[in-house]
Amino acid sequence: MAHSILGLLRPLRRGLNGSKIRLIFLCGVTEQHHSPAKCWSERGFSSTQGFQDGPEESSSKDQVTVHFINRDGERLTTTAKEGESLLEVVVNHNLAIDGFGACEGTLACSTCHLIFDKDTFQKLDAISDEELDMLDLAYGLTDTSRLGCQVCVKKWMDGLTVRVPMDVSDMRKQLEVGKQSKQ
Amino acid sequence: MAGAGGRAPLGLRRWLSSPAPAPRVCVVGSGPAGFYTAQHILKHHGGALVDIYEKLPVPFGLVRFGVAPDHPEVKNVINTFTQTARSERCAYYGNVTVGRDVTVPELQQAYHAVVLSYGAEDNRVLGIPGENLPGVYTARAFVGWYNGLPENRDLKPDLSCETALILGHGNVALDIARILLSPLQLLRKTDITDSSLAALACSKVKRVWLVGRRGPLQVAFTIKELREMINLPGARPVLDPADFTGLESAVRDAPRPRKRLTELMIKTALEKPVEMQAAAAAGAAAPREWGLKFQRSPQEVLPSADGRRARGIRMALTCLEGSGDSAKAVPTGAVEELECGLVLSSIGYRSLPLDPAVPFDSQHGVIPNSSGRVQGVPGLYCSGWVKRGPTGVIITTMNDSFDTAQSVLEDLQGGVLDTSPPREGFGLVESILRSRGVRPVSFSDWEKIDAAEVARGKAAGKPREKIVDPVEMLQIIGH
Repeated sequence: MAHSILGLLRPLRRGLNGSKIRLIFLCGVTEQHHSPAKCWSERGFSSTQGFQDGPEESSSKDQVTVHFINRDGERLTTTAKEGESLLEVVVNHNLAIDGFGACEGTLACSTCHLIFDKDTFQKLDAISDEELDMLDLAYGLTDTSRLGCQVCVKKWMDGLTVRVPMDVSDMRKQLEVGKQSKQ
Repeated sequence: MAGAGGRAPLGLRRWLSSPAPAPRVCVVGSGPAGFYTAQHILKHHGGALVDIYEKLPVPFGLVRFGVAPDHPEVKNVINTFTQTARSERCAYYGNVTVGRDVTVPELQQAYHAVVLSYGAEDNRVLGIPGENLPGVYTARAFVGWYNGLPENRDLKPDLSCETALILGHGNVALDIARILLSPLQLLRKTDITDSSLAALACSKVKRVWLVGRRGPLQVAFTIKELREMINLPGARPVLDPADFTGLESAVRDAPRPRKRLTELMIKTALEKPVEMQAAAAAGAAAPREWGLKFQRSPQEVLPSADGRRARGIRMALTCLEGSGDSAKAVPTGAVEELECGLVLSSIGYRSLPLDPAVPFDSQHGVIPNSSGRVQGVPGLYCSGWVKRGPTGVIITTMNDSFDTAQSVLEDLQGGVLDTSPPREGFGLVESILRSRGVRPVSFSDWEKIDAAEVARGKAAGKPREKIVDPVEMLQIIGH
């Protein structure tokens, strides 16, 4: 279903993701005062690693299954690596979530807003004032909202489901003209 | 496009075999609204071709000329915009002023759909005596100056006074206060223009007041910007605890953003920073300081004795009628004068009508529309500030632009937009522009300018040194 649109946009998306990853990495190293997600520094995230290993690789025991429910209500299931931020998971796997991660994980927007179930939310690491500040500007803010760039995948999250909030424009019927094969 | 063979996705195959010509869409303006609109149309319509027109040679609008230089993270959106512009179905034409070089009706002839995303190029005026005295500037011009906007490059604001006053309680007001008070070594590493940096190095400004007509519950800035200001090294916040009396209970049940913002102001007002007390005790020189003044409405900018520049401002004290966002400031009759040699009015941007063919609501400064469809003009759309007014952060414009793009997509699919007669797109516009002696700037041209700017910045340890003269930009690309 989401496959056709990914195919159509592969040239666009490939370049896009390449530049995103590179930038996230640079920011993580050089812009310490802007609170990049802690996972990158902890894990020594590298810009090329994600591509070389490939999203399909499943042999590693670091793999964690994560489900995203996008604005169309589609469930996007992927395998993430422990230590990746949820923003990186979306970017590295080209998941079909529009406008996700506009500031590329630098805590300067709220476009990677994700909603967790209550139990999971309570188990997540503490939330910083800076993250709360950006969440205050998020659409559809809930009591269990976090920014995807600030949440690292952990082993215990296997099977996690997170939801992308609906926003005003999504209340309307989603029509995808190029997405003819949608079933 | 790659993969036109056996592995072509179904949508693409249908498009290739379809007798209908590709829908041609043009976007006027290359700021976030223009690029997010283009991005959404390209992503969700496998065949649409989108051309983006821009008045300046260089793209990205307020991301380049509005976002503060010390906020490089926000400018990361440029990477996604660049990928959109590099898409084979997207083209960028800078140095083209729609409404002058090519009219909107001409664009409508060339394209199936025209999206107006040209933003808010003017500002609201105070309408008070003394507003035009030297020493009084609009926030818009000041921001344009430090960000290298060509039209403001010669502003040369007079920074020889100690006290500056900013009228307005929005994020632009806080941006300006921060730029005025930031330690120079922080600004040096940003893409602020060299000439602005030199002027700020000689600045005598050490105190900045931000003045609003209404109260703490009506401030329009967001908490990130406020926290940044509070944490600014070498600058002390001066908030009067009396302004916040009783507000803690007033915001107890307010929505979370207003509650947290107000609580941060209250906490700051009541807190006495330890290091400042220590510095004062040691008799150290007063640091730079800034503060918020509430319920004051500007009446007149007062001239110096020789009448040649601003020396202060007279403000009417106000009380609030009503509460929350809709509260109105009503003068109490009392006035107050404040000495300040620099006055910056930051009371909002304003869109201008673009073309007589486009309806415009001058009262609200927007194009009348429904979900981005311009009222009464099929095939014409709008997004961003010209659609909803000059407010909001990047996500607001992104959602708003996706909403307009969705309208375009619906109209393409629903047959509201008839795409059966092919349109020439840029082919037609190009001949019009040539006949008028206008030479557009392509995206690869911009990338040459970009490379030149980055190279110039490198020597000084800056991400780029912006070129502020359009003639020089055009020289770089051999125009």
